[in-house]
Amino acid sequence: MSSEIEYTNLSGISGPLIFVDGVKDVGYGDIVEIRDATGVLRIGQTLEVDEQKAVVQIFEGTSGLSVQGTRVTFVGKALEIPVDREMLGRVFDGLGRPIDGAPQIITDRMMNVNGLPINPWSREYPRDFIQTGISAIDGMNTLIRGQKLPIFSGSGLPHNRIAAQIARQARILTAEEEFTVIFAAMGVKFDVARFFIDSLEESGVLTHSAIFLSLADSPSIERLVTPRSALTLAEYLAFEEGMHVLVILTDMTNYCEALRELSSSRGEIPSRKGYPGYLYSDLASVYERAGRLKEGKGSITQMPILTMPSDDISHPVPDLTGYITEGQIVLERELFNKGIYPPIAGLPSLSRLMKDGIGEGRTRKDHGQVAAQLFASYAKVKRIRALAAIVGEEELSDLDKIYLKFGTAFEETFLCQAYDENRSIEQTLEIGWKMLSLLPRDELYRIAREDIQRYYIPEKENE
Amino acid sequence: MDEALTGKVIAVNGPIVKAVGLTGIKMFDIAEVGADRLIGEVIRLAGEITIIQVYEDNTGLKPGDEVISYGRPLSVLLGPGLIANIYDGIQRPLVGISEVCGSYIKKGIKLSPLDVNKKWDFQPLVKAGDEIREGTIIGEIQESPLVIHRVLVPLGISGRLVNIVNAGAYTIEENIFAIDTTAGLYNGKLATYWPVRKPRPNKNRKKPFVPLITGQRIIDTFFPIARGGTAAIPGGFGTGKTMTQHALAKWCNADIIVYIGCGERGNEMTDVLTDFPKLIDERNGRPLIERTVMIANTSNMPVPAREVSIYTGVTIAEYYRDMGYSVAVMADSTSRWAEALRELSSRLGDMPAEEGFPPYLGTRLAEFYERAGLVETLSGRDGDITIIGAVSPPGGDFSEPVTQHTSRFVRCFWALDKILADARHYPSISWIDSYTEYLTDIEDWWKNLDDKWLITRNDVMNILLEDHRLEQVVKLVGSDALPPSEQYILFCAEIIKNAFLQQNSFDPQDKFCAPEKQLKLLNSLLTLYKKGLELVHNGVSVKNIATQDVVSEIVRLKSEVPNKELTEIDAYMKRLEQTLATLKTSL
Ligand SMILES: Nc1ncnc2c1ncn2[C@@H]1O[C@H](COP(=O)(O)OP(=O)(O)OP(=O)(O)O)[C@@H](O)[C@H]1O
Ligand SMILES: [Mg+2]
Repeated sequence: MSSEIEYTNLSGISGPLIFVDGVKDVGYGDIVEIRDATGVLRIGQTLEVDEQKAVVQIFEGTSGLSVQGTRVTFVGKALEIPVDREMLGRVFDGLGRPIDGAPQIITDRMMNVNGLPINPWSREYPRDFIQTGISAIDGMNTLIRGQKLPIFSGSGLPHNRIAAQIARQARILTAEEEFTVIFAAMGVKFDVARFFIDSLEESGVLTHSAIFLSLADSPSIERLVTPRSALTLAEYLAFEEGMHVLVILTDMTNYCEALRELSSSRGEIPSRKGYPGYLYSDLASVYERAGRLKEGKGSITQMPILTMPSDDISHPVPDLTGYITEGQIVLERELFNKGIYPPIAGLPSLSRLMKDGIGEGRTRKDHGQVAAQLFASYAKVKRIRALAAIVGEEELSDLDKIYLKFGTAFEETFLCQAYDENRSIEQTLEIGWKMLSLLPRDELYRIAREDIQRYYIPEKENE
Repeated sequence: MDEALTGKVIAVNGPIVKAVGLTGIKMFDIAEVGADRLIGEVIRLAGEITIIQVYEDNTGLKPGDEVISYGRPLSVLLGPGLIANIYDGIQRPLVGISEVCGSYIKKGIKLSPLDVNKKWDFQPLVKAGDEIREGTIIGEIQESPLVIHRVLVPLGISGRLVNIVNAGAYTIEENIFAIDTTAGLYNGKLATYWPVRKPRPNKNRKKPFVPLITGQRIIDTFFPIARGGTAAIPGGFGTGKTMTQHALAKWCNADIIVYIGCGERGNEMTDVLTDFPKLIDERNGRPLIERTVMIANTSNMPVPAREVSIYTGVTIAEYYRDMGYSVAVMADSTSRWAEALRELSSRLGDMPAEEGFPPYLGTRLAEFYERAGLVETLSGRDGDITIIGAVSPPGGDFSEPVTQHTSRFVRCFWALDKILADARHYPSISWIDSYTEYLTDIEDWWKNLDDKWLITRNDVMNILLEDHRLEQVVKLVGSDALPPSEQYILFCAEIIKNAFLQQNSFDPQDKFCAPEKQLKLLNSLLTLYKKGLELVHNGVSVKNIATQDVVSEIVRLKSEVPNKELTEIDAYMKRLEQTLATLKTSL
C-alpha cells in the first residue's frame, strides 16, 4: 500500500500540524514518518487529504521542525503498537516504545491503537463485585469488574493515593484469577508517575504491570495516543490472554487539553470552553474500551483520574466524562480539609453498575438498601446543616440534632479510614449499620423491616 | 434504475467525502465508497461535487478511490424478523456481524437486516380478484408469540389482486402476491424497503386520548403522556434518563417498543439484551423481548450512523403503527444525535448558530417529533407512536439549544433534578419543573376508574407546591417558626415524596405500580392530609400524628402491597381513619 515517496515541500506548520502539498496516493488516517534536518524521526497521522494537500498531526509535536529540510513519507497503515505478555513489568512512552533501557519488544503481534468498537451484542454485562477495601466505595459506590469508574478530583486532593490503594487492595471474593495493572500517565509530573511505580512495587504487582508515560515535558499531542496504547495492550491481555486488567489513566484533563490544542490549530469551531464539539465522541472512544465479552474470560476495568478545573463538576471534562462512564467517585475539598481520608463525597458519587453486582449471593442481601438509606440520610444531614448555618443549631428539632450526630459519625467513622486499612465488605456493612442505628428505626424507611429487625443495633449496645 | 453511476473521491475529511463524476445522483442516495465499498449517503450536491457522509470507519480512503451508486436511497428493510432483533444505526444486524467478525465491529460488512432463509407461516386474508389498495393488510404472520405481523401492500401500489399464495411457510424473498397496477404487474414479498428519512403516510391524524400507562407513579398520576404523544427527559449525567427509558420500555402498555441507543453506552444495550428476554410481561406472561426492536449505535460506533439511527428507529415504529399497533419509541439520547449533526455540519463548513449547532437543528428536531401521533392508518385501523426522547444538556443546564428546541416540540417535559438524584430520590423527576399538556386529553380514561381523579391529583399536587413555597421560608427561618398547620403541610409533603413520588426500579414489587394502586395510594395520602389537618387545626400536635404507627406505615405500602391485592390498602385506609378518629375524640 505504501507509496514510499519522500516529500520535502511542507507548505506550512501550525501547532502540532504540518501541511504537505502535491501529495499522491495518501489515505485518510495514514501514518506518516517525518524526519527533520538532523534526521530525527517523528510519527504523524493524516487528518485530512484531498488531491493537492494533506494535513498531518505530529504526535511528538512540531517543535524544531522547519518548512525547509523536513522529509515526509506516508507509510500507509494505521498507528500500531506491539502487544505481548512480555510487556508486563516494562515502561513505555505514549507510542508504546520502551523507555526503560531494556530491549525492544519482539513479537509479530501488532495492534491498531485505535482499536475497534465492541459489538454491544458481544458484551457480557459486568456483575462481579471487586472489593477495594474502601468503605465509601464498596459500601456505597461499588466497583464492578469491567466497569469504567473515574475519580473526579481537584488539584491537591489525594486521588493518586486512592487509586494506588485500590490497585493494591482490589480483589474478587469468589476466585483467584490473573490480575494486572496498566498505568498510563498523560501530562503529569514525574513524581506522580514515580509514586505509582513505587506503590505498585511495594504491593508486589509491578512485575505484572505495564506503564505508559507521556509526562508533562513530552509534547502534548503524544497524550492523545497514550491512553489508546495502554488500552490496546489491555484489550490484548484481557480478551486474548484472559487476564483481568485494571487500567488507570491520569490525568484525563491533560488529555482533553491536548485535544483542544489540536482542534484549535485546525481552526475548528469550538464548543464549550474552547473544547471541540466532538470531545464527547472522542472521550467515548477511550472510555468505551472497558468491559467484558461473552467470548473470552478477561475484563478491562477503567479508572480514569481527572482534575476538575476550579473544582467545577460542570466543566466540560468531568461533565462529558460523567456522561460516558458508569458513575463517578467525586472527591470533596471540604471533607479533605476536615482531615478525612479518603474524602469521597457522599452524594455526587455514584456507581451505576452496583445494582447488579451486590445483594444476596454476591455481597449481602441488605447491601443495596443500606447504601440507599445511607445516601438518603446523609442527604438529609446536608439539608439540616445548611439550615443550622442560618438558624443556629439550638433552634433545630431533636430529630434534626440526631441527624447531625449521624452525619459527623458517618464522615469520621464510615468514610474515614487509613491508607493501609483494608476493610472487608462485612466490616463495611457492619459500620454502616452502626451509623444507621444512631437514627430512630422509623427513619430507616428504605430498608425492609426484616433487615432492620436483624441488623439494627439498639441504643444501649451502640457505643 | 440499476444502472450504476461511478465517480471518484477527491477529498476526505473524517467521514465526509467529496467525489466527482456522479452525474445524475440524487440527494440521500446510497454511495459505496472505496475498495471496501463502505456505505455512505449523499447529503449534499454542489455543482460537480457530490458530498457523501460515510457510515463506517473510512481510514485509508484516498483521493482517486472509486465511488459507486445504484441510485437507491438509504432505506430500512421492513418485514417479519425485526422483533427481538438488534441493529446498528443503518440497520445492520449486530448478531449477524458478530457471527462474521467476532466481538468487534469491522468495516465493509454487508448483511441483510432480516433473515432471508427463515420461513414464516403466512396466512392470507384476501383472495385473488379483490380490489386492493396501498396499506391494505393482505395476510398475517405470527412474528413472535406477542406480535402478529400484518403484511401490508406497499405504499403506492393499488389494483386488482391477481394472485396470492396459499397459507404456508415462505421466506421474505419469495413472491407472495401479485397486483395488477396501472404501472404494470407488481410482485409483492413479505418485506419491503422504505427510505429512512421519509415519514410513512397515513390517512389522517387524530387527537390522542388514551394515556400510555407506564406504571411509574409520578408520570401516570402527575405528568401523564398520551399514546401518540411526545415527551422529553432532560437531565444531567446520572440523573436517571436511561433508567426511566428502561422502566418505560419494560412496563408501559404499548404493543411494540423501539429502543434506540443513540451515542450512549454499550453496556446499557447489553443490559436490555440480557434483561428483556428474562423479564415477563404480567399482562400476557411472555418475555418483554418479544415486543421489542433495538437500535444500538453506541458512542464509540461511527458518528454519522448515529445521526441516522433515530430515523431508522422511527421508520420501524411507523411500520408497526401502520399495522394498527401502539408503538413507543425511546431515543437515548437525542443530544448525542444533535452532536452528530453538529459534527457533520461543521465538517461541511456550515455557518453555525448557537453553540456550534447548525441553524437547522430546530427544524430537524421538529420533524423527528412530528413522526409521533395517533393516526388512522391506510388500512383503516388506528395506530399510534409515542416518542420519548432523553436530552443530555451540558452541565445539566436546560438553557442550552437542544433542550430549548426540544421543549418547543414536545408536550410532556419530565425534568430531572440533580439535587433529587444526589439524594437518591428516584425517579428524580422534578414536580416543580416538569409539565404535561395531556391532562385534559386523557382525563376521561381515568374517570372510568375514579370520577374525582383529576381533583384528587390536583389536591395532592397543591400540597407539593405549597411545600415548595414553604421550603423557601424554612431555609431562612427554620420550620419551628411556622404555624402548626404549615408544619403539617411540610410533614405530609415529605410523606408524599417517600410514599408516592419515590419509586425504586430495582424493587420487585414497586418497579411497576398499577393505575388502581396509584389511585388508592393517592387517596390514602389525601385522607391523611385532610383529616390530619383538621386535627391540627383543633390543637393536636403534628408530632402526635407523625408518631402514630399507622402513619409511618404508609411509606411501606408501595413496596409491601402487590398490585393484585389492593384490598390491603382499603384495610389500611380503615385503620388510618380509625386512628385519626381516635385522636379526634381524645381532644
Ligand atoms: N427509578 C430509579 N430507581 C432506582 N435507581 C435509579 C432510578 N433512576 C436512576 N437510578 C440510579 O441512578 C443511576 C443513573 O441513572 P441513569 O443511568 O438512568 O442516568 P442517566 O441520566 O441516563 O445518565 P447519563 O446521561 O450519564 O446516561 C442508575 O444507575 C441508578 O443507580
Ligand atoms: Mg443514560
